[in-house]
Amino acid sequence: MKRADDFQERRKHLANMTDEELYNHFWKVTEQVVDPLLELGRKNTTPSVERAVLLRMGISSLDTKAIVEGCMDKGLMGKGAGHVVYKVAKAKDITIKEAAAMLAAGEGWDEAAALFK
Amino acid sequence: MAYDKLEKDVKIDIERVLEDLDKYEPRRRGWVWRNHEKDLKMGPFTFHDMTTPLKQSVGLPSSKYFDGMDPQPLPVITTEIASGRFEDDIRRMRMAAWHGADHIMVIRTAGQSHMDGLIEGTPQGIGGVPITRKQVRAQRKALDLIEDEVGRPINYHSYVSGVAGPDVAVMFAEEGINGAHQDPQYNVLYRNINCVRSFVDACESKKIMAWADIAQIDGAHNANATAREAWKVMPELIVQHAINSLFSRKVGMKPGNICLSTVPPTAPPAPCVYLDLPYAVALRDLLRDYKMRAQMNTKYMEASAREATVTHVLNMLISKLTSADIQSTITPDEGRNVPWHIYNIEACDTAKQTFVGMDGLMEMVELKKDGPLAEMSREIRERATLFMEEIVEVGGYFQAVQEGFFVDSGKYPERNGDGIARKIEGGIGYGFVYERDEDYMAPVTAHYGYNNVEQYGGDPKNPSALIGGCTFEDRSKIVYIDELDDQDNVNVRLAEVEKYRKTSLVKPEMEWLADGTIMLNMFIPENKRVAEVVAVEIGKKLGLVDPEVINREVMQEAEGTRIEMKGKVDFDIDVDSLVIPPEPHVLSDAEIRADIDEKPMKVVCATVGEDEHSVGLREIIDIKHGGIEKYGIEVHYLGTSCPVEKLVDAAVELNADAIMASTIISHDNIHYKNMKRIHELAVEKGIRDQVMILCGGTQVIPEEAVKQGIDAGFGRNSHGVDVATFLVERRREMNANK
Repeated sequence: MKRADDFQERRKHLANMTDEELYNHFWKVTEQVVDPLLELGRKNTTPSVERAVLLRMGISSLDTKAIVEGCMDKGLMGKGAGHVVYKVAKAKDITIKEAAAMLAAGEGWDEAAALFK
Repeated sequence: MAYDKLEKDVKIDIERVLEDLDKYEPRRRGWVWRNHEKDLKMGPFTFHDMTTPLKQSVGLPSSKYFDGMDPQPLPVITTEIASGRFEDDIRRMRMAAWHGADHIMVIRTAGQSHMDGLIEGTPQGIGGVPITRKQVRAQRKALDLIEDEVGRPINYHSYVSGVAGPDVAVMFAEEGINGAHQDPQYNVLYRNINCVRSFVDACESKKIMAWADIAQIDGAHNANATAREAWKVMPELIVQHAINSLFSRKVGMKPGNICLSTVPPTAPPAPCVYLDLPYAVALRDLLRDYKMRAQMNTKYMEASAREATVTHVLNMLISKLTSADIQSTITPDEGRNVPWHIYNIEACDTAKQTFVGMDGLMEMVELKKDGPLAEMSREIRERATLFMEEIVEVGGYFQAVQEGFFVDSGKYPERNGDGIARKIEGGIGYGFVYERDEDYMAPVTAHYGYNNVEQYGGDPKNPSALIGGCTFEDRSKIVYIDELDDQDNVNVRLAEVEKYRKTSLVKPEMEWLADGTIMLNMFIPENKRVAEVVAVEIGKKLGLVDPEVINREVMQEAEGTRIEMKGKVDFDIDVDSLVIPPEPHVLSDAEIRADIDEKPMKVVCATVGEDEHSVGLREIIDIKHGGIEKYGIEVHYLGTSCPVEKLVDAAVELNADAIMASTIISHDNIHYKNMKRIHELAVEKGIRDQVMILCGGTQVIPEEAVKQGIDAGFGRNSHGVDVATFLVERRREMNANK
């Protein structure tokens, strides 16, 4: 879009604000821009968010990739990849490490999916 | 034995740094600021804005006139070091730290931001370094040693961006990284990563960074570097800073860790201070809760290192007149190549020199509260506010990006239609955002957003308790991977240059050990185009490999061109085959002066024989040239073409402590013959035991001179201080022997 500089016209509602009023107004508007973005993060997840969860659970970077890909294939991203590993470990009474190794090797995915049915 | 200490005259041992990295633990988390020392006394001065001095450092070249003092300014000083080989960068980091850098920033290799997941091992990079766990451990471990050596904490920094931002953030938190770039807007605008994905990822990344107390730097300065007319994007820069800052704060980052990457947008020949100062004032007013990381202008950078340096000094004038918590430095060679060692150091020195020189300035001047500065600052703030309002009006940030609001070269609200537009449903990583189900769960610390741990009886305040703690509580759970590629790794690279690390062979270098690169400066009396070709030919004839002109500046179109050229040498030098005389030893000015004060000294001197040259001797004696007169030595100068008999007679008559003769003409060894004659005459007159005889000249070899029976000879490049040192020390010896 091309537009000429209409600053003088647009600024009319700001013209009489003090510097402090302008400051407060600026941040109020910024908040309106930022809040929906924060809400998106609260409600959603991504492959990298889930890999970052798995890393913190003590799973190697190579295995985090394989597990997150498995979760996407099986439609389990909405549950959380860390959740999948946790639930499989609990169900089979094995450690997080063992469950992660198994899933990363492509095994146990049908069982994992069944646990969330 | 653990590698826990560096010796200042021993090179850092990269192989020892690489040992036992699987067991390395960072010594701290979080960012460290410098420690302001109010009214710091150094030498004869009281400083106002300086910080705790270093234990060891390299001062500015002229610090030798000030007892070697090396005051350290208030802002943390950044240098960016990333040559592609992190092992060579470690050596550069040490040099930079000795010159005052305490924020080392590592640029990532090209393409890392599009890599889905962490890179492991130590592959070589292009235009940066592949950031991996092993690489950051090695560099952080080296910086532990270096910070102990210089006596000030060093902040280590890289990037949390791209499609693996959260992965990288976790690794940085685990490895004690102190600072990181994080700004989802950067991903969206410059890396074409899907905007929804970028912001969802950023929530997680920032939450992790907040836990690890990592200082964050945003990416707004890129709008300045990208826009066609950089001075017009000021309102947008403020908008970008504000979005990232408030977003970060609401995720949980403390304001003191939120740093704005701000660049004075213009450079000469634009009237840059007149334009940049109101912007800096406006920014620091609206973003007053946050820290300023002052970056230098690169937008208008050419190949002239001198020009870049002056622009950077003007940038720091803006920092001084407003504020800078972190002063970044851009190497003055960035307009020509990937930065070289020497230019990182130059940039650090430029920053240090400039701030030390402006110490206390703001106690004497203040910015006007009315007139053009106040008016322009207000206008920029209003334009930024209108920009933010219009983002809300069109339906929010993503819609604004899609409509090309950003990096438009119009001065908002003017629009030129040349902004960067990115689709909401497009870009890298599009389609990879998943809504969390009601039973979504993640049993880890510092996880952002909805997390139903209660379904397993977990505590929302401590989700990782479900698994007995995550890597943030228990380091032993971190999985360390050493190497994945048996060809592309540091061990192979080190083996290739082993002879330059382990033998006496030396090659010059600019970036990497033994790269062989050198730079030549020359003036060619031809026009620019011809001069360039002539220079390359000179390089070839000198035997340089790949000679390449890296800077041309017209002196006058017909008269000639200044050329800077680089090239590689394909030979090495064996240090063991060289005879390396020790550095001449000199006493301090104060010590010489004290000696002469206590016991006055008188010398007679002349240029002897049929010799009318007087410049050399004048340099040695004249107070104006730093000669021996300045120490209070009484000098009787008998002129040129002085017969040696007259010189010795004068010494007798004046009861002089020393005879000093200068001789340039060396035909038939007349200079040495004259020295011998002076010695013999002094013996004949019975004064040789009481008088020192010193002779100098451009053709004099000191060892040969002494063979003529005199006390000392001085050749080319001798100075007053060398002669004065000898006089004082020799007199002490003579007195001791009495």
